[in-house]
Amino acid sequence: MTPRLEVKKTYKLYINGEFPRSESGRSYPALSADGDVLARVARGSRKDLRDAVRAARTAQEKWAAKSGYNRGQILYRIAEMIEDRASAFAEQLAAGGLTTARARREVGESVDRMVWYAGWADKFIQIFGNLNPVAGPFFNISAPEPTGVVGIVAPETPAFLGLVSRLAPVIVSGNAAVVVASESQPLPAITFSEVLESSDVPSGVVNILTGSAEELVPWLADHMDVNAVDLAGASAEVTLRAQEGAVHNVKRLVGKSGYSDAQSPYLIAAFTETKTVWHPKGL
Amino acid sequence: MAKNLPAPKSLDWAYAPSRESTDIVKLEGRYGLFIDGKFRAPLSRKYFQTVNPATEEPLAQVASANAADVNRAVKAARAAFDNGWGDLSGVERAKFLFRIARMIQERSREMAVLETLDGGKPIRESRDVDLPLVAAHFFYYAGWADKLEYAFPGLKPEPLGVAGQVIPWNFPLMMLAWKIAPALAAGNTVVLKPAETTPLSALLFAQLASEAGLPPGVINIITGAGETGAALVEHPDVDKVAFTGSTAVGKRIATSLAGTDKRLTLELGGKAAHVIFDDAPIDQAIEGVINGIFFNQGHVCCAGSRLFVQETIHDRFVEKLKRRLNTLRVGDPLDKNTDVGAINSAEQLARISELVEAGQEEGAEMYQPACELPGNGFWFRPTLFTGVSQSHRIAQEEIFGPVLSIMSFRTPDEAVEKANNTPYGLSAGVWTQKGSRILWMADRLQAGVVWANTYNKFDPASPFGGYKESGFGREGGRHGLLAYLKGLDE
Amino acid sequence: MAIAVAPDRTSVLPGRITNATLASFVRSVPSVDEVGVEERVASLATRSIKKDSKMDALLLAVRMMDLTTLEGKDTPGKIAQLSAKAIRPDPVDPTVPSVAAICVYPAMVPYAKQSVEGSGVKVAAVATYFPSGQLDTKAKLAETASVVAMGADEIDMVIDRGAFLSGEYFRVFDEVRRVKEICDGKARLKVILETGELGTLDEVRRASMLAMAAGADFIKTSTGKVQPAATIPVTLVMLEAIRDFENATGVQIGMKPAGGIRTSKDAIRYLVVLSETLGPRWLTPDWFRFGASSLLNDVLMQIRWLKTGRYQAGDYFTKD
Repeated sequence: MTPRLEVKKTYKLYINGEFPRSESGRSYPALSADGDVLARVARGSRKDLRDAVRAARTAQEKWAAKSGYNRGQILYRIAEMIEDRASAFAEQLAAGGLTTARARREVGESVDRMVWYAGWADKFIQIFGNLNPVAGPFFNISAPEPTGVVGIVAPETPAFLGLVSRLAPVIVSGNAAVVVASESQPLPAITFSEVLESSDVPSGVVNILTGSAEELVPWLADHMDVNAVDLAGASAEVTLRAQEGAVHNVKRLVGKSGYSDAQSPYLIAAFTETKTVWHPKGL
Repeated sequence: MAKNLPAPKSLDWAYAPSRESTDIVKLEGRYGLFIDGKFRAPLSRKYFQTVNPATEEPLAQVASANAADVNRAVKAARAAFDNGWGDLSGVERAKFLFRIARMIQERSREMAVLETLDGGKPIRESRDVDLPLVAAHFFYYAGWADKLEYAFPGLKPEPLGVAGQVIPWNFPLMMLAWKIAPALAAGNTVVLKPAETTPLSALLFAQLASEAGLPPGVINIITGAGETGAALVEHPDVDKVAFTGSTAVGKRIATSLAGTDKRLTLELGGKAAHVIFDDAPIDQAIEGVINGIFFNQGHVCCAGSRLFVQETIHDRFVEKLKRRLNTLRVGDPLDKNTDVGAINSAEQLARISELVEAGQEEGAEMYQPACELPGNGFWFRPTLFTGVSQSHRIAQEEIFGPVLSIMSFRTPDEAVEKANNTPYGLSAGVWTQKGSRILWMADRLQAGVVWANTYNKFDPASPFGGYKESGFGREGGRHGLLAYLKGLDE
Repeated sequence: MAIAVAPDRTSVLPGRITNATLASFVRSVPSVDEVGVEERVASLATRSIKKDSKMDALLLAVRMMDLTTLEGKDTPGKIAQLSAKAIRPDPVDPTVPSVAAICVYPAMVPYAKQSVEGSGVKVAAVATYFPSGQLDTKAKLAETASVVAMGADEIDMVIDRGAFLSGEYFRVFDEVRRVKEICDGKARLKVILETGELGTLDEVRRASMLAMAAGADFIKTSTGKVQPAATIPVTLVMLEAIRDFENATGVQIGMKPAGGIRTSKDAIRYLVVLSETLGPRWLTPDWFRFGASSLLNDVLMQIRWLKTGRYQAGDYFTKD
């Protein structure tokens, strides 16, 4: 009796809540640690990136207008969905060379990290915003607002925790993101995009492109409608090129010193702008 | 083609009694005390009855905890604190609280119906206001459990230990959430006593908490009346007391804590001033005033019970208020169309009636809509008084019912002076178009919560608590954690 | 609310009517808090209607409808078909009443008059260079006069929003007043505020008062050509303005939300808000209309669902 033939998944890009192939028609093989072909994934192009930025920009205003409570709930749901698909993620990470135990641990950490950032959604403003006691009969308040559209260069490794660690602090405050996934281990990123799609995350808030960071990041860094770029996952050359391109619309650059495993509300603040409002107090 | 239908020229229609089904609630005949993860018979061997105030029908028998029961509960809370909860990592505590929040969301309808049955508040409020806030409170504080080191600069967060918490009957489950969520997030364990007329939602909550896998002893729910509460707050192994209720009882508790080093927070009564300037958005101000005093039948510590209307618009405003009063639907709390439900108990009804009589005797003019009240149960029509003076009892004493006392003012200074002329200081409302005036008023009003161009808004992120005899300490927000951590407010 | 003197809408107006005095009048209208309005609307959305009352409400909604076609491509044939539907909305159920009116462009008025003759259904025509109103006053008045001469029973005019938003209150007022003069005695005047262009609920309330003081018999939300068209918050604000106006002058004014009302659920929500704000006197086609086209079929489906207990399908109702 011949074994049942498996119907293998096609791994595509995640843009605006949909799963298109690259408009360039290109793909490349995602390899296991032993060099076996796990699957082919899309090789995103500058046009895909352009479409992703447009989707992010369109989605960002409404995402930011949601209450912190609502965004926190959505991030918590992402965590629930990751937990639900823990074995799929663990398998993919193990194929990338981790032991099963380590892979499972990484997935658990990713869930917890998402939960951690979810809890900040309705609180970070209480830490980073405040009333200012100016010298005069004025009410003066400073509050952080999301900067807008943020490009994220995901770390090559850890292939899943790294992505979650850089994405969560960006979107929790109301930014929309365009992510360039790990080139060597792209599968967890695409599986993650399926999680996002089932987690009440509005279309366009997160967009994930697989492909070459060297090819895509310059376009991201040069894009006049991207407000900030997180370079924690970028190589030295890519970082340098990004810094040059970012100058044109004065992008905020974060993560220039590379990826670390820390979680911190300061990573949330890094992608916000502080707005200060004055109003007289008087009759 | 002619179409001559003898249709009526206009229509007078009725709202359906749109009764929420109570099938979703499964009541037990008799409830024990929830101690150390299980329901247990009271050592006192005594029980008391809780009734539905809309019908006076008995709902269930509930245990009456005596000092020995209280001791058992505190011991369980202490053991749970010493044996793990206090040392559990924040992220694990957070996940427990998130889980509880989720479970509350899932069983929201059931809890809302139970809350309405036991307490008399309209199902629309328990469903649309109370329960969402309960879940939100657990979600909010869940998120703090693993972030305490960011909450207060320079402070290494440490829990206090065992918290004894006593809550009132006006928002039973919501008050439970306001107490338990921050306490647990900060790493404490709790023994909570719900009010004697509204114990059931707390007991259902206890079931949920144990289903969530919460370690035994972290939450203990003991039912009983004033004596049970006194035994709890006076227990020597309670590190922290949190009380919401009347100012009179709050003062008794403060007295009994004198000489101990127990930490204390109190959320007591109020007699809030609701100030309407003549440039207010009038029709929305009317809604705000109505909500301010008739939401939850006026059983609200921060109710806008003293209305100050700028004299230039006084008569027109009062006419609109009276007109609006006539559209309020008083009746079966389970009817989704009901606006004003039952008064919580015979005692409370007597208190309200006494003060309203005093109002009439003292010369204020009473207005009530001519609505029919059901036969059984405890009911009071929404009431307003005009021609009230500061010295009238209805302007001084907290009525805690659907009764509004209306006075006029001429200048902002006068409004502030009169608003502050009370031993209470929980909340205040201001309506005006002018932003600078809102801020000027907010600066001067001696109230822990100021609502401008809105009223009765609550959010777990927003600190709530009083000035003066309305109590001390804040619940909600980052500030709400202060009460449950060491090293502050000694 | 009993008024000792005869109703007189001019009693709210300043003694001398100039742009400056009208500006003061407009600014004296109470401001509106948008968040408060949305809350009130949300709390009324949870009202539940008795089943018998629901049938009455649906039939009332039909009788209150101004069945509308305002397309560049309208033809006499289209008008004939629409009129047939207006007169007998449900082909299968003769107990469903006719609608209040059909609403058409000026050129279609003669065909409309012919098609509904003897049925009791009125002919409402848009006028004053609907929908933009961007034309000189003289031309707009001439258009109105010709439409009235053609026998329209009701005129739905647009205010000059450009004039309103630039503070030319006299121009807005005067146009309404003069259109009313042309209509008076022959046609009832509905004044379209085009609330979707006014920007805030404050402006909606101000425009409502100005239009009523100038002579409107009805105030209407929208042309339906601009988004957003009618919404319940806007409607609530206009109903509150109508209430204040009657209190001040003794004059009763009608209200018509138009555009974007698609389902029976929507229609009933409007009627609840109407009933709670103004009471039963307005619950009649004489004082409240729905400007709609696709709403009718949804209401018919609901009526049939109430009668048969089966959910309905679109194919059983005519698309004219």
